[in-house]
Amino acid sequence: MEVRASTLGEVVEAVRAYPRLRPKGGGTKPALSAPREGEVGLNLSGLSGILEYTPEEFVFTAWAGTPIAEVEEALRAHGQYLPFHPPLKGKGATLGGTVAAGLSGPLRHRYGGLRDFLLGVRFVDGEGRVVRGGGKVVKNAAGFPFHRLMVGSLGAFGVMVELSFKVFPYPRATRTLRAKMPSLNEALSALERLRLLPLDLLALDLVPPATLELRLGGFPKSLKARLEGLKALLAQGGAQTEVLEEDGAHWEEVRDLRFLEGSPIWVKVPAKPQEVARLEGLPLGPRRYLDGGEVLYAGTGPEGLEALRRAGLPHLVLKGAEDPLYPPPPEAFFTKLKRALDPRGCFPLG
Amino acid sequence: MGFLEELKALLPGRVLTHEAALAPYESDALTAYRKRPLAVVLPEGKEEVVAVVRLCHRHGVPFVARGSGTSLSGGSLPVEGGIVLALNRMNRILRLDPKARIAVVEPGVVNLEVSRQAAPFGLYYAPDPSSQPVSTIGGNVAFNSGGAHCLKYGMTANHVLGLEVVTPEGEVVRLGGESLEGVGPDLHGFFVGTEGLLGVAVEITLRLLPKPEAYHTLLAAYRSLEEAGNAVSLVIRRGLLPGAMEIMDRLAIEAAEKAVRAGYPEAEALLIVELEGPKEEVAEEAQVLEEVIRESGAYAVRVAGSEAERQAIWKGRKAAFSAVGRLSPDYLVQDGVVPRSRLGEALREIQRLSQAHGLRVANVFHAGDGNLHPLVLYDGKKPEELERAEALAGEILRLCVRLGGSLTGEHGIGVEKKAYMPEMFAPEDLLAMERVKRALDPKGLANRGKVLPEVVHGG
Repeated sequence: MEVRASTLGEVVEAVRAYPRLRPKGGGTKPALSAPREGEVGLNLSGLSGILEYTPEEFVFTAWAGTPIAEVEEALRAHGQYLPFHPPLKGKGATLGGTVAAGLSGPLRHRYGGLRDFLLGVRFVDGEGRVVRGGGKVVKNAAGFPFHRLMVGSLGAFGVMVELSFKVFPYPRATRTLRAKMPSLNEALSALERLRLLPLDLLALDLVPPATLELRLGGFPKSLKARLEGLKALLAQGGAQTEVLEEDGAHWEEVRDLRFLEGSPIWVKVPAKPQEVARLEGLPLGPRRYLDGGEVLYAGTGPEGLEALRRAGLPHLVLKGAEDPLYPPPPEAFFTKLKRALDPRGCFPLG
Repeated sequence: MGFLEELKALLPGRVLTHEAALAPYESDALTAYRKRPLAVVLPEGKEEVVAVVRLCHRHGVPFVARGSGTSLSGGSLPVEGGIVLALNRMNRILRLDPKARIAVVEPGVVNLEVSRQAAPFGLYYAPDPSSQPVSTIGGNVAFNSGGAHCLKYGMTANHVLGLEVVTPEGEVVRLGGESLEGVGPDLHGFFVGTEGLLGVAVEITLRLLPKPEAYHTLLAAYRSLEEAGNAVSLVIRRGLLPGAMEIMDRLAIEAAEKAVRAGYPEAEALLIVELEGPKEEVAEEAQVLEEVIRESGAYAVRVAGSEAERQAIWKGRKAAFSAVGRLSPDYLVQDGVVPRSRLGEALREIQRLSQAHGLRVANVFHAGDGNLHPLVLYDGKKPEELERAEALAGEILRLCVRLGGSLTGEHGIGVEKKAYMPEMFAPEDLLAMERVKRALDPKGLANRGKVLPEVVHGG
């Protein structure tokens, strides 16, 4: 069963009316948004639209069900963007779903992830009370930061209705350097070296078995010089390089996780470059490490998921599993927060 | 055995109870508030913190964790009859892993020390509160400290990847991890900024960043604060994202000049803009910046030609707070935030309030993120001047909230601003905080009396 809520009032009503709810935005992460036995789906796709946007402030506020695509279009008109690069934009992902899942895309490498750009939230807690956390300014240390609690929460503490984000100016021009390294080992040592240099790359991805993709942004003239420097540096590791002059479409495909299509299970795995070798030993399908090896998005089947669990590696399934989060959040802290905000257990998790 | 005896048995020789030994802990940098604790304990490892917190829980004794005591909001003010956990001895960097770009530290590590240890690897720890040569990471975590680079780099919360926390009931829990990305609720992100109300962080994993390749630091002089404020808007509108933008007014400039002879030009307002990044990129941005500053009506511009000249420009800014202290026997400092585009309006209104209350106000602020730092000058020896200063400071806070900003950008609510929380938050918001506090700390022992206003407290 599914109900729709398109206003704050309707969200409050739904929370009061149904004992167990599972919010859904664009439904792009079905492992998180599909109602389980005994749950009612809460469709928030109608709770949509930008509420406030002052380009000069680098801040906007929108309803939680607003599609990322709509937000990015408004931002683009003023030369701005969401630097954490929310994935699955082209598939219809919304702001709220992105926050609940806690996802960031390849461009997070430059300025940080979702958690670094969320400024404030208004949500309806498990008792139907409307609560605000954070604010609408880029710097704020007042009160308990409920907005940060929402990141990756899977909706555990409440239904987000309104979200405020920080945005940045989009670079004047971009280029992508693709470097095929002789082997995974050489790719990893190049990756480790690049991570320590002040290169201000927009993206730094590792595509197994041994390709690095570097995206740069900035003034056209400076890009040229920086590209030459990077090519020389990578050549030392035996790279074959090519430059993508028009790289927009490529990165849109990556952020939409198109490489996962065809895999039954989609999984996000937090990582580090030092862990890549171990992850590469697992039976995973098509995959890509983003942000200098800090996070892996992989397609897999049941055996890959089983292997991740056996290895004790934390992960989040976006598609293709009943139980998406491993491990469960730390009992001593999480359970108490959950009880404070969702005492009846109306929402997912715990 | 009574509480104190048990405490002394846990930390032999490291429990202070004599009046003279307690005196330095009676207040923090907000010296207008003072409380005598029952005792101060000096743990040297996390097991000792756990043991002390458990003991406090068993006896129902309130505790306040404290680093260097630089809080400007009274965040580490002791509770009468409670104890202070002074964590300065827990000052080890447990692991600095350049490949992983992280540092795992104890809470008593001084902020600047992290960058110092990371420097040989070309890395640094980005949050740079002005107190960074003394303030500790534990305190920075509690208050979500900021600094001059928050627009671009965020605050402490954005640089904490993991925490080990002792809950107010003495449970030990690990939140977050070592990666920039996590799965599940961002509990470590939530903990940062809760001002010690939800427990004590005993181990902190920080992200380190590569030190920028090049800087371009510029100082521009203006005939009015408003002109300087408008220049900031122009910089932003041209699509630049400087690492820092700082403004000082005449009073602050004069004070800084007297204190450190920074060699600043005479001006009603000074703007510092710092670009940073790869040298080719910075060079291009610098050209745009030069144009913008020319258009903005600056009558004197100085560009740092060397690292020494850059440091000279920053020296005055960094000294401004303590320098203003020389102009007046006492001062209160606020750190409200306004949307950047309302800066001019906010500063005009502060000037008006200053005249109306008959007290001088010096302004030094982070213009890039709209974080004001009005310093209200007063003489505590004159009858009722503190009360007048507090009233003026309160008006400034209300102004920030009215303009759509925040009560605090980085100093936190502490004891000082909790009465103003209802100006910014609705009762439902405060009650939700209250419920969270009660769920994690049913006895109300961890940093009791901070953040949450009394009015809602009973509700």
